[in-house]
Amino acid sequence: MVKKILEKSYIFIMLAVLYAPILVIIVFSFSNSATFNFDQGFTLEAYRSIFTSEQTPALLEAVKNTFLIAIIASVFATILGSVAAVGMFSLGKRTRKVVENVNQLPIINSEIVMAVSLMLFFVTFKFPAGYLRIIIGHITFCTPYVVLSVMPRLQQMDPNIYEAALDLGASPIKALTKVLVPMLIPGIMSGFVLSFTLSMDDFIITQINKGAATGINTLSTYIYEDARLKGLSPFWFAIFSIIFVVVLAIVLLINLSKNLDKDKEVSDDDAK
Amino acid sequence: MNKSKNFFKSKFENLKNYKMTRKVFSYPYILFLLLFVVIPMVLILVFAFLDSNNQLTFGNFVSLFSDGASIKVLLTSILVGIVTTLVCLILGYPVAYILTKYSFGKVFVLLFVLPMWVNFLIRTLATKAIFVALDVNLGMGTVLFGMIYNYIPFMILPLYTILSNIDKSYTEASQDLGADKFTTFVKTTLPLSIPGIISGITMVFIPTISTFAISQLLSDYTIFLFGDSIQTKFSNNLYGVGSVMSLIMIVLVLISNVFIRKANKSTNMVGGRNLW
Repeated sequence: MVKKILEKSYIFIMLAVLYAPILVIIVFSFSNSATFNFDQGFTLEAYRSIFTSEQTPALLEAVKNTFLIAIIASVFATILGSVAAVGMFSLGKRTRKVVENVNQLPIINSEIVMAVSLMLFFVTFKFPAGYLRIIIGHITFCTPYVVLSVMPRLQQMDPNIYEAALDLGASPIKALTKVLVPMLIPGIMSGFVLSFTLSMDDFIITQINKGAATGINTLSTYIYEDARLKGLSPFWFAIFSIIFVVVLAIVLLINLSKNLDKDKEVSDDDAK
Repeated sequence: MNKSKNFFKSKFENLKNYKMTRKVFSYPYILFLLLFVVIPMVLILVFAFLDSNNQLTFGNFVSLFSDGASIKVLLTSILVGIVTTLVCLILGYPVAYILTKYSFGKVFVLLFVLPMWVNFLIRTLATKAIFVALDVNLGMGTVLFGMIYNYIPFMILPLYTILSNIDKSYTEASQDLGADKFTTFVKTTLPLSIPGIISGITMVFIPTISTFAISQLLSDYTIFLFGDSIQTKFSNNLYGVGSVMSLIMIVLVLISNVFIRKANKSTNMVGGRNLW
């Protein structure tokens, strides 16, 4: 009994420490102070300043860039990765192994090394600084995850379906888009969602490849640039709170619905 | 007879063509990987052996290993990495172990992993603001807290996965045969969870020493780790030395990857053993 209480309290203490900074920031986002006091009482001033501060244009620009880059990069990564997975599946055993290992590189490599290696590449081959470099960087670290989420679907599939489509007169492209893609949709979708979140979340690759002179910022590089020197202003408390709530809610919802689906599948199986 | 042979032959060739066409779908990505993954890595290797006039040299290695400050950064990084990994393991193992015992464990693992989805910069700046408000001196202590805070989910997740997959009959058997709870844990659960421990260790250690920004922010720019110094070298146009440091990082990553693979292989073995 005592042991159970000890065990449970350990879990709760760990969770409390993990969530304390998040909760503290959310609570004090309503104080409009950067020094954690409620001298001004409860106020929404910090939230209002998101839209009225002199930083607003730069912030909105950064948010726009974050979404723009995430959308372009994840769409490209999804198409490139899904098509690649279909092709890789029928490569010879050895070639496939090599390609799969190279595909693992961006995943296992440390982000900073990947970022500087891309920078060396862009500098050496004189790629124009700016969006192009950032987007290529994002596609590079997103695509391997798309390949990895489409592959298992292919493995479960009957390999003859594609051949059957060809035998029935479909062109390879048609067989891909009309037959394979619809069957692979769940894997493709989870690859897309993963790419989108990874791209939105990225800091290191963007920071190193954006080039100081271009002035392009995503949300994370803008936060770094601004808060690094001045510390957090009340304005950032409000933004962080919004991000915390939105991100945590989305992830929680996705996971809960996944669990529900799984439970449903299990009970369906039971019914059979 | 001849006709049907030809028929089969042409059919066979057609089939070969289909295979060919399907393979073709992977070519754009193979080209992409070559361009943006393989060549950049090769460039690091090349730049490590070039001086500022693009002449072949070993000077970058010499200047890195004879520079006291760089050696200090390397040693501090490894030290911070080891301490962070150990603390994550010591704090995280009980969490994973306890959660496997309860039915609500699955939901709680999610709660432990959830903060990982918020950008690490935001979490780091939030903890920094709180430390500053509490008048805590920013230094090694706060850097270690920040690292552990950031990376403990990476430890808990693989540990939970492996621990929840261990067949309960092992511990039951051990207890039936007269071992007390502690002995059972040391002799069955702990050895069976080693693959999880290994992947947890590598998933915490590598990012800790190579992360850029966390240590700067939480130490008020007094403690620089390996990731920070790679970035500093490149932004100061010291491509050669920066490349040598990146090479060291790549070697560390490859070594840890060998361990992970071994760990994964033995996981499969545990699964295979469970079959009978």
